[in-house]
Amino acid sequence: MTLPLLEAPLDEPSLAINAALAARWLEAFLCDEMLVRRGIGKAVLGLSGGIDSALVAYLCARALGPENVYAIRLPYRTSSASSLSDAQRIVDALGVHVETIEITDAVDGYLKHAPDADARRKGNAMARMRMLVLFDQSARRGALPVGTGNKTERLMGYFTWHADDTPPVNPIGDLYKTQVWALARHLGVPNEVVDKPPSADLEANQTDEGDLGISYAKADRILNLILLGYKDDAIVARGCAPSDVLLVRRRVDATHWKRHLPTTALVSATAINEFYLRPVDL
Amino acid sequence: MPANLAAMRSIFEQLIPKAPELIVFPEAALTGYFLEGAVYELALDAPTMAARIDEQWRAAGATKPCEIVVGFYENAAGTFHNSAIAVRCGDPDGVHIAHVHRKMFLPSYGVFDEERFLTRGRRLGTFASPFGTAAILICEDAWHAIMPTIAALKGAQLIIVPSASPGRGLCGEEELESNTRWKAILSSAAAEHGVYVLYAGLTGFEGGKGMSGGTCAFSPRGDLLASAGPLESCIITVELDRREVDLARATIPLLGDLSAVLPDLWLDEDIPVTRRLEETS
Repeated sequence: MTLPLLEAPLDEPSLAINAALAARWLEAFLCDEMLVRRGIGKAVLGLSGGIDSALVAYLCARALGPENVYAIRLPYRTSSASSLSDAQRIVDALGVHVETIEITDAVDGYLKHAPDADARRKGNAMARMRMLVLFDQSARRGALPVGTGNKTERLMGYFTWHADDTPPVNPIGDLYKTQVWALARHLGVPNEVVDKPPSADLEANQTDEGDLGISYAKADRILNLILLGYKDDAIVARGCAPSDVLLVRRRVDATHWKRHLPTTALVSATAINEFYLRPVDL
Repeated sequence: MPANLAAMRSIFEQLIPKAPELIVFPEAALTGYFLEGAVYELALDAPTMAARIDEQWRAAGATKPCEIVVGFYENAAGTFHNSAIAVRCGDPDGVHIAHVHRKMFLPSYGVFDEERFLTRGRRLGTFASPFGTAAILICEDAWHAIMPTIAALKGAQLIIVPSASPGRGLCGEEELESNTRWKAILSSAAAEHGVYVLYAGLTGFEGGKGMSGGTCAFSPRGDLLASAGPLESCIITVELDRREVDLARATIPLLGDLSAVLPDLWLDEDIPVTRRLEETS
């Protein structure tokens, strides 16, 4: 007699999310961290036309009311026209405030003193100028800047340090890109925004996946397993390509510094965040 | 702290018409959980904490005594604990501390770092509550199956669990995976030992960590009697009947069976505690 053989597959923690639950949780986060803890009920965010800032705009509008959300479009002269029009779709859908502030003059004002700047340096200058504008707009409006960086780009170090990562609150920083897609679809972010290839739009025809050398779907799966402590051979055993695993792990291991505050020389027994530990305002 | 004491008083005002006999608040209920070094600034000694709770109970207009359990950071003459106090409030003879439980399992992994700032409790005690013998387990205390077991062996018919649990896991069907895990643990403890379990979960975000609420109660059969949703600040009222404990234990006498077998288990020389004692002797 031959008995049926039931073979359990290798266990793999899921990246699926309950989007309705995630939305409720992140809206509560925004209300609590902004209104209750900081007493600020207005949000300002840079609306690029991409999915990350679109999702954050939706979450802010639901949590704070669209009348309390200020979306700022910050185009540079090389930004694609579709970025502006996609941002407008989101504004139209939500009824949030919108303003367009060109950063070309400010960025080029510096870059004319840096004729040797390559694409990376130019991109960093744009990102930092956008954050400068965003913080000034927050001061002007009594609004809190809200961050739009996702977990995948944070882990891959695919952002400009002290630019994209500076806003004091970020509702999506613990969501992988594929989870951002799922939540954005659930909240009704326009298909044109959800379905287009993600791009930092710092150069013509730039795409995130082209820059990173791996698709978000593959990267997220590997990142999830790395963060849960799986070794490379265990990740490969689950069907990931060894070259992809190597690429992702190298990026994570080489960018831990970008996910921390500046390294400060410790010389006392009261060093801030080393001995003197106060995680939240009292 | 003053604002949270005022909030406590307004909760009492809401409850007093219902003549409650026992009220349970979450872990670190008046300060928030993730204090790190600020523990040393906000911790109180047990008598001061008892007096503050009693003041609120009386100020709310209470005319009858009530037992009130509140999680707090305790300053015990310079030794700091994550504790929960059971206070008999509104008694004509004055405030009476029925019990102080000091959290024994201080989570110090991942997002948690309690042992860096706090000293663990050394004893799991029981006390006489309005509903018979009770024990308090604070948060991770209850995740170790041996804790409700020992509480029940020491006579507990009611286990009170003040908690501050940062919610995590968004794959859940209806609630966070951490809430689902909690319910499974609490239900299992209640059903195995035939005890009521009252769980009070802190709510609100602290530096991005959302305390997941999920306040709930389980019958001695392990059935969920009532439950708040994740993050939901609310009051849950439950009627406890000690005869339910008797019925549950009569139907499935696991606690009695354990009492009989326990000596054999405990004297097993392979259990690490026995080995440690031998090594140090």
